[in-house]
Amino acid sequence: MSMVNNIPVGPFHPLLEEAEYFNIVVDGETVVDIDMDIGWMHRGHEFISEQKSFTQSIYLVERICGICSTSHPIACVHAFEDVDNIEIPERAAYIRSLVGELERIHSHLLWFGLAGHFIGYDTVWMWAWKYREPILQMFEIISGNRNHYGMMRIGGVAKDVDPARIPEMMKILDMVDDKMNMIIKVAKDDPVLRSRLKGVGVLTHKDAVELCAVGPTARASGVNTDVRQDEPNDAYGWVKFDVPVLPNGDVYDKFVVRALEIIESTKICRQCLEKLATVKGPILNNVKHISAGEGLGRYEAPRGEVFHFIKTDGTNRPIRHKVRAPSFNNIPTYVASCKGIPLADALITLASVDPCYCCTERSLKVVDINRDPFQIDLLKLSREKTQQIRSKIHE
Amino acid sequence: MGWYNKRLAKSIWVFHVSASPCNNCDIEILDLLTPRYDLERFGIKLVGSIRHADVLLVSGIFNQKVGPRVQQIYQQAPKPCFVVGIGTCPASGCCFKDSYNISKNIKDIIPINLYIPGCPPKPENMIAGIVKLVEVLNA
Repeated sequence: MSMVNNIPVGPFHPLLEEAEYFNIVVDGETVVDIDMDIGWMHRGHEFISEQKSFTQSIYLVERICGICSTSHPIACVHAFEDVDNIEIPERAAYIRSLVGELERIHSHLLWFGLAGHFIGYDTVWMWAWKYREPILQMFEIISGNRNHYGMMRIGGVAKDVDPARIPEMMKILDMVDDKMNMIIKVAKDDPVLRSRLKGVGVLTHKDAVELCAVGPTARASGVNTDVRQDEPNDAYGWVKFDVPVLPNGDVYDKFVVRALEIIESTKICRQCLEKLATVKGPILNNVKHISAGEGLGRYEAPRGEVFHFIKTDGTNRPIRHKVRAPSFNNIPTYVASCKGIPLADALITLASVDPCYCCTERSLKVVDINRDPFQIDLLKLSREKTQQIRSKIHE
Repeated sequence: MGWYNKRLAKSIWVFHVSASPCNNCDIEILDLLTPRYDLERFGIKLVGSIRHADVLLVSGIFNQKVGPRVQQIYQQAPKPCFVVGIGTCPASGCCFKDSYNISKNIKDIIPINLYIPGCPPKPENMIAGIVKLVEVLNA
């Protein structure tokens, strides 16, 4: 006899950092289906951005998400620069890539910690976050802030890296490299991590392609996709790095792929810092005006590809600003990877794509229960407007 | 309440409510519990249930969907319960104050006792804020 039950999780649940609601349908202990309710974090960024000037808009997109708080600005400034084909100085390109890669390191270390916390292994949490602190220190050296760096500007970056402090930063990168090798060894040896992660929540290659997964989620399922390699911008065309791809698609592979990515990121950071010691020049091209047009910006955020679309009309504010965050692609993989696994493994599988709901919740469904359905209203309004325009033309 | 507050100040248990923030204050709150700052040595502990909490740490702008739920959470908390608003968002709305989806009057939803401004506030800043709360409780 089957016993199908609904288990509500959230919106405020001890394991969820963000307010989020899941409805998990279970048969006995096996997950049958999963559904989620979004809108708890919707703040209307696209609407606000359309009323702000370009510089303010970059400040605003930084606050879409606190963890990828330089990926959104990078994609946004790329979109603005795409409208007028603005070039950036060489030194600025290296600084952009340096900050972007440091953010990847801090975000992945943060995920290690949370993954450890989700499987009840708080030692991993404490260790990973301990090694994350020096990276935040590096951010403080570069930008003055631990989070929300405020580095990106149209045509360059806001602050320069002091060459005298480069050796100090190199030492921190060495430490991170060392510790990441240790964490990979731990993942291979530790019986707790292996038994909780290996073979859990498998996302097959076929599902990953069909559901358009991006970032480490896709790369752990054997899909070789990375914006840094497919469409190199900023300094990514000038530095050497590999893109780690693993075949199995379980949570363990997602764990290892992130660890390998951190090592690749430290390589990129080192190359950027070496260049910053020698390359001289300005860090910001002064951009006074952006003409009418459309621009696209892409960047490989820690969670995958982030995409910004800008439409301008020659004034100092965008008339349309569209954001697509990586978690928007990765969240639909939940159903594919959660079906048929025990409930105890479901939460770590949900967390394994490193979901960021703040980034994702861009849309809002408006339901007015007291009035006619929304579409009919829109149709009526549009007919009325057409009538008005017609009568004006006839006059 | 004086007697109770003094006992409370010895070991504050906090519950973390994220009311549509940008996640940054939340990761800084978690940062406080990790080895660099390690607030647990002062008896401050993050708990999983609102019914165990003495202090609520709220961050974010309270959008219209999450607002009623936060109110519900506050009603479930055992009193006296103190509310600390982390970051600029609960204090002034930060850059989201022009948005269509935010609750206009946060004071009607939940009474905030202490504001720690900053976007995000540094962990040292948060510790200073909690120390001020402890001083008030001990007074």
